[in-house]
Amino acid sequence: MSNAKGKNAVAAICGLLFALGLGLGGMTNPLKVQAFLDVLGKWDPSLMFVMGGGIAVGVWTFRAAKRRAHPLLGGDFGWPRATRVDAPLLAGAAIFGVGWGLTGYCPGPALVAVGAGRIGPVVAVSSMVLGMLATQAVTRRRAQATSAAAARLT
Amino acid sequence: MMGFTPVGSTLGGLVLGLAISLLILFDGRIAGISGIVGRSFGARGAELSWRLYFLGGLLLGGLLWRLLSPGVFGAPSSTGLPTLAIGGLLVGVGTTIGNGCTSGHGLCGISRLSPRSVVATLVFVATGMLTVAVTRGRL
Repeated sequence: MSNAKGKNAVAAICGLLFALGLGLGGMTNPLKVQAFLDVLGKWDPSLMFVMGGGIAVGVWTFRAAKRRAHPLLGGDFGWPRATRVDAPLLAGAAIFGVGWGLTGYCPGPALVAVGAGRIGPVVAVSSMVLGMLATQAVTRRRAQATSAAAARLT
Repeated sequence: MMGFTPVGSTLGGLVLGLAISLLILFDGRIAGISGIVGRSFGARGAELSWRLYFLGGLLLGGLLWRLLSPGVFGAPSSTGLPTLAIGGLLVGVGTTIGNGCTSGHGLCGISRLSPRSVVATLVFVATGMLTVAVTRGRL
């Protein structure tokens, strides 16, 4: 039995904590993020400490989670199924990095920054969602075309 | 907020670590923001609701930052709106093709020691650095 109400409450708290952590860590400031990426200029390595802090906690709790059959509130774990380092992973990560460098916003901080009430993050988030939906539509169409071709062959 | 901030950034990282830990242990879900946004479309029932609650918390957090300490958003960026639009589009396309972003691959994926996520993180940090080097004329 899965406790949906409890899971929603935990998800909301996690979203709030996530926003707190991003702000504390300096990730909601796109200029600071770009300063981290500016290794050949005035490099600010602070964001390595954000990653380090997060992973230092996560490595233990993810290990504990992997040992469990079910999450504490029931249901099943949504572990990613893909394991291979393939072309889409590399291409997607490369494209994402370019967008990250151009804007200084990755998805989480961009959403938190919408709260700032400035136009920039709103534009970044809107086009990000547009990019997601367009890519999903293309992927779906390709999958349909592939399965139609497979059906013709059989 | 500018300049080297090892203490604040480590503290922020620990709070992020707490958030990803609670979500995996209690809900069994990965706190990958691009996936949470992207998979909200077309999801129904419990698969939609936990995502909306998470995103609601994230947006609420942004509003609280604005009320309590708007400095976290930094100085108004000189990045133009067309650049933000093109960059945002690339973030959306790239995270969908590559199945994750800084949180899903960088924080959660490396925490669960996934080789895919380690590689993805190295790649997007590298192309991010290259992009900033090009746009700031460092090369």
